[in-house]
Amino acid sequence: MHSAIGKVFIFGLPAIVTLYFLATAWADRRRLGRAAPKPFFKRNGIAIGVYLIAAVGLWCVFAIVLPQLYMVDYSFRPKLPVAQMGGPKDLYTLDNYHYFLFGSTRSSAEWNVVHIRALVQTVLISIVITAVNFAICYPIAFYMAQVARPARVRLLMLMLIAPYWVNEILRAFAFRILLGTNGIINRTLIEAGVLGEPLDFLGADVGLYAGLTYAYLLLMMFPVYNAIENLDRNQIEAARDLGAPWWHIHLFIVMPHAKPGIASGATLVFMLNAGALAAPLVLGGPRSLWFTPIVYDRFYQAFNWQQGAAYALILLLTCVVFVLGVLKLFRLKLGEIAR
Amino acid sequence: MTSGVALDRVSVSFGDFLAVSEVSLEVGSGEFFSFLGPSGCGKTTLLRTISGFVEPTEGRVLIGGADMSGIGPDRRPTALIFQNLALFPMMTVADNIGYGLRVRGVPRKARRDTVDRLLDLIALGDQGGKRVDELSGGQKQRVAIARALAVEPKVLLLDEPLSALDLKLRQHMRNELRAIQRRVGITFIYITHDQGEALTMSDRVAVMNRGVIEQIGDGRAVYEQPRTAFVAGFVGENNALPGRVAAAAGEFATVETAIGPLRGRNVRHLMTGSDAVLFVRPESLRLDPPADAERLGVTAAGAAFEGNLTHLTFTTAAGSRLTMTVGRGGALPPGPGSAAVVGYTPDDGLVLPREGFGDA
Repeated sequence: MHSAIGKVFIFGLPAIVTLYFLATAWADRRRLGRAAPKPFFKRNGIAIGVYLIAAVGLWCVFAIVLPQLYMVDYSFRPKLPVAQMGGPKDLYTLDNYHYFLFGSTRSSAEWNVVHIRALVQTVLISIVITAVNFAICYPIAFYMAQVARPARVRLLMLMLIAPYWVNEILRAFAFRILLGTNGIINRTLIEAGVLGEPLDFLGADVGLYAGLTYAYLLLMMFPVYNAIENLDRNQIEAARDLGAPWWHIHLFIVMPHAKPGIASGATLVFMLNAGALAAPLVLGGPRSLWFTPIVYDRFYQAFNWQQGAAYALILLLTCVVFVLGVLKLFRLKLGEIAR
Repeated sequence: MTSGVALDRVSVSFGDFLAVSEVSLEVGSGEFFSFLGPSGCGKTTLLRTISGFVEPTEGRVLIGGADMSGIGPDRRPTALIFQNLALFPMMTVADNIGYGLRVRGVPRKARRDTVDRLLDLIALGDQGGKRVDELSGGQKQRVAIARALAVEPKVLLLDEPLSALDLKLRQHMRNELRAIQRRVGITFIYITHDQGEALTMSDRVAVMNRGVIEQIGDGRAVYEQPRTAFVAGFVGENNALPGRVAAAAGEFATVETAIGPLRGRNVRHLMTGSDAVLFVRPESLRLDPPADAERLGVTAAGAAFEGNLTHLTFTTAAGSRLTMTVGRGGALPPGPGSAAVVGYTPDDGLVLPREGFGDA
């Protein structure tokens, strides 16, 4: 199938969806008759109505929908010289996905172990980092939400937020300075006589794990804090009064209550970790471990945007499927975590 | 006294604020005991001290004769019912009731037997699988009681659990609570600001004000023989006429009030010249006072007909209000604005020290 047809999808799909919504709105209005709410333009006025539609519409279509659809389109196209793009050779193909699996667009003899392992590792390590993030955040969030006085909470909040004014790249380099073979930690340990030889923290990916753990900590903190904050303290006391030890209260009273907040924090942290680029680029060891630098390389080293698009989509779909699966496992609806 | 509660000079302070001051009392095993007082009088703090959430600054709490110092709420033989009930919304009714047993590691089978028995006790036998928010207010109330009873406490502590209910249900739950208490036979300690609840349910009532127990007694004693101006003013309706003791002779004293000298029983043996308040209950006032009655010249201000009773209000010459209740078939009330003479027999007047007057 020639890729020219892609344009029809890229522009047709949003148009069809828009028309579908307009049609359902029109049908609702007919069904409700006089009970229907005031029409959109009557309610908002022409000027504001036009502005709302233009602003939201442009944002949705140009910033979100079109680029993503273009990526999908790209991922199914072959890499061609610019002159031949759109020419007779520009046919839809699964080559890019084939390459991810087998490391070649033709042969299926060997698996593309390096890339597949990087994807699996990225997902697994992101899970671990998300869990570590939760382990770090939960006690602090609980303390702020249920124990501390308001003044102390404000101070803690400020202390949590302020380091994030420093941008991501600088924070990543700070970890290099801390953890490098000639870094502060190694030198201190050697001078203290604990170590004879410096430890290669970065080579062992300690730097990457630390950097990633730190990078999105706040995105776990705030949803969990919010969820615990609106727990009625009497419930904790009631459980205690009935004889529950502290761990039982956390496990069976506080955490079930905070489940939507925990899920929302975990989803954010997992997604952002799996898609993180700065920390893996700066702190990643010599081995290719994280998937995002590989995607990056497809675009800018191999200069193969088609393949890069396929790789990015593979990462996106893997993460989305994983997150939806976990939500289902914990019987949470997508709407609940957005509260 | 196997499962009674004893407070031994218990004081609780938060920073500079003395919430409970040197409270000593004993609650008998199987007694229904109430703390009655306005909000902020320290009754909730006292309840939390008994349950173990607050450690007394001074003094001791004893339950069943054992000193509870340093023993947390999870290890005390008490169970607390919270004002907002604090049921666990993510659990079913049965899981709520069984929570305390689950925590104690009671096997599932034994747990279910206890839960079923308690569901029957609170007449919710077939509702164990429901979610808590599917229940009505009164049903939630009963689940909270069952959840507390499941751990077989020696003492059940109740923190105004009826205050969120509407009037009809509240009155129904009073009887139900009392019936449950008789059936299970354990000590109930109940706190409330509603004198109706305290008087109808309790064996004994402790009236509290500003962290101090003003009086302990059964409902009738607290109503009929208040020992302080606060109790006289807080428990039931009362007409208060402040003044100074002009003469004290034997059982009676004369108080020089703003509308003249009036006599009443001098139960606290006040000396001449001390500040005092003369109390007369609305039902003790009469429109056609007999010859030996104390008389007050008043102006009729209004009448509120309430079926079996009519509430009359009067204004005294000094501008203060008097209320009076009359049953059916009495003398016709005077029209508003007309002068009248009301009176009471000196036996029904009560002279109490002015200390604490106006707190109620």
